Amino acid sequence: MALETAHIQEKLSQAFGNHVLNFEMKRDIFTFEATPSTIHEVIRFLKEQEDLNFHFLTDLTGIHFPDNDAEHQFAVVYQLHNWIENVRIRVKTFLPDPAEVDTVTDLFLCANWMEREAWDFFGINFKGHPQLKRILNMEEMVSHPMRKEFPMEDGGRTDKDDRFFGRTPANC
Amino acid sequence: MSDLLLSPEHRYAKIIEKTRNEDGSELSILNLGPTHPATHGIFQNILLMDGEKILDAEPTVGYIHRAFEKIAENRPFYQINVLTDRMNYCSSPINNMAWWMTVEKLLNIEVPKRAQYLRVIVMELARIADHLICNSILGVDTGAYTGFLYVFQFREKIYEIYEEICGARLTTNMGRIGGFEREWSDEAFKKLNIFLEEFPVAWKEFENLFERNRIFIDRTVNVGSITAEKAMQYGMTGPNLRAAGIDYDVRKAAPYSSYEDFEFDIPVGKSGDTYDRFCVRNAEVWESLSIIRQALAKLPEGPIHADVPDYYLPPKEEVYTNMEALIYHFKIVMGEVPVPVDEIYHAVEGGNGELGFYLISDGSRTPYRLKFRRPCYIYYQAYTEMIKGGMLSDAIVILSSLNVIAGELDA
Repeated sequence: MALETAHIQEKLSQAFGNHVLNFEMKRDIFTFEATPSTIHEVIRFLKEQEDLNFHFLTDLTGIHFPDNDAEHQFAVVYQLHNWIENVRIRVKTFLPDPAEVDTVTDLFLCANWMEREAWDFFGINFKGHPQLKRILNMEEMVSHPMRKEFPMEDGGRTDKDDRFFGRTPANC
Repeated sequence: MSDLLLSPEHRYAKIIEKTRNEDGSELSILNLGPTHPATHGIFQNILLMDGEKILDAEPTVGYIHRAFEKIAENRPFYQINVLTDRMNYCSSPINNMAWWMTVEKLLNIEVPKRAQYLRVIVMELARIADHLICNSILGVDTGAYTGFLYVFQFREKIYEIYEEICGARLTTNMGRIGGFEREWSDEAFKKLNIFLEEFPVAWKEFENLFERNRIFIDRTVNVGSITAEKAMQYGMTGPNLRAAGIDYDVRKAAPYSSYEDFEFDIPVGKSGDTYDRFCVRNAEVWESLSIIRQALAKLPEGPIHADVPDYYLPPKEEVYTNMEALIYHFKIVMGEVPVPVDEIYHAVEGGNGELGFYLISDGSRTPYRLKFRRPCYIYYQAYTEMIKGGMLSDAIVILSSLNVIAGELDA
């Protein structure tokens, strides 16, 4: 029996009530949100419930939404995969600034570096992570470069005018 | 890094002090990398050694981090392709095609069958080039240089085929949104046919040199084993996972670019050690050759790109003579083509595993967020555990059998 999205939604709603919300089919992947306080338990539920069995963490990433309200400044996106039924699922949790969320390293060993990367680039603090320090950037760096306010280029450059390349504040 | 090594606060310093006081043994620290000829890339591992035995390792990555995700947020879709080349530079066409397929999925573009088949051919060629390098370098690291020199000429042949297709060799920037930029030349097919004749002979000889070779077996069997559960926990995909016995392959699990039209097996190993990884890659090369032959035999006639003038730059001579072409050229270059608001995850089977692109589009010219799921970055975490308790020379062999590519690791 294939794993139906309606079944997943029903099980999650039963277990977590209104802590899980916005169920939606985003193209081929079933997507929903969980509140930051329950995200760890939701992931554990998805992984350990026998009929759900999302045993593989494909990806974990941060996203910055500076234009959102104060409670939705950052998102952490978990993409899980059940290889046996071949079903993917995407879980999001939105966080305020400063962002803080429970680590999932106790459930997936591979979350270790993924969370370090999210900390490095977005400054999302993963509570309970065994070694939360920068990974791709140098230790001495003070900012989190994937935040939208961090400029890609040195603002003092005069040799390059973005208007000549078709870029205006409206389209990039 | 130097103060880290000298610092009495470092955990290695404490361990060394403790064992010296307990039983008088002298542990030492060895700094392997970041630039070392045996690591084939820029990785640093600070090893805690007891004689020649590795007790602990601390990996440092990020030496060639180029902020691709940040750059991608500031570039239109068609300019991001050149960033993907530079991730797994041993099999750039796979990365290129994966990126185009992600964009096509976002824009709902149906690619013609011929273009899909040609993509399959070039992706499998890239996989052969990737596995060929990994396996022959593994030979070099165990002391057999001949095999490497012998098969390396065929990577050159593959690069010549790339050259015929797109003009570039290593960082190919191949294809466009919707298909290819031009029809493959006759020369490309000629070279491909010669390759399909000559390469299997050489690859068979290469296999014979290694698969039953006493020295090679002694150096690789039971070296760096990993169980299926651990491999899954560490997020391994691709040949490294299949060597541990799990038959997960994106080409079968979620076929893209008409992979469902071809018959091929997924080779799996058993113990997840270095020898199994070698054998899985060898077997995959044979499967890739078979897929290329099937694709060539079934190759349909027709256009090589989808009819999407909004996203596909028109030929230059038409831009000068044709009104529509000029308008489309202008619109594409100035970034005035419509892009839907959506969220896409597209994965392909890269040389090292599941290569995924997670693209969030807010309807503007550039991605709002683009995350590369780089298989190397994720499974390199397992390296520390795999080398613990082994010999230093085994650590080198394990590193090359994992096929960790620095460009993909650091993005």
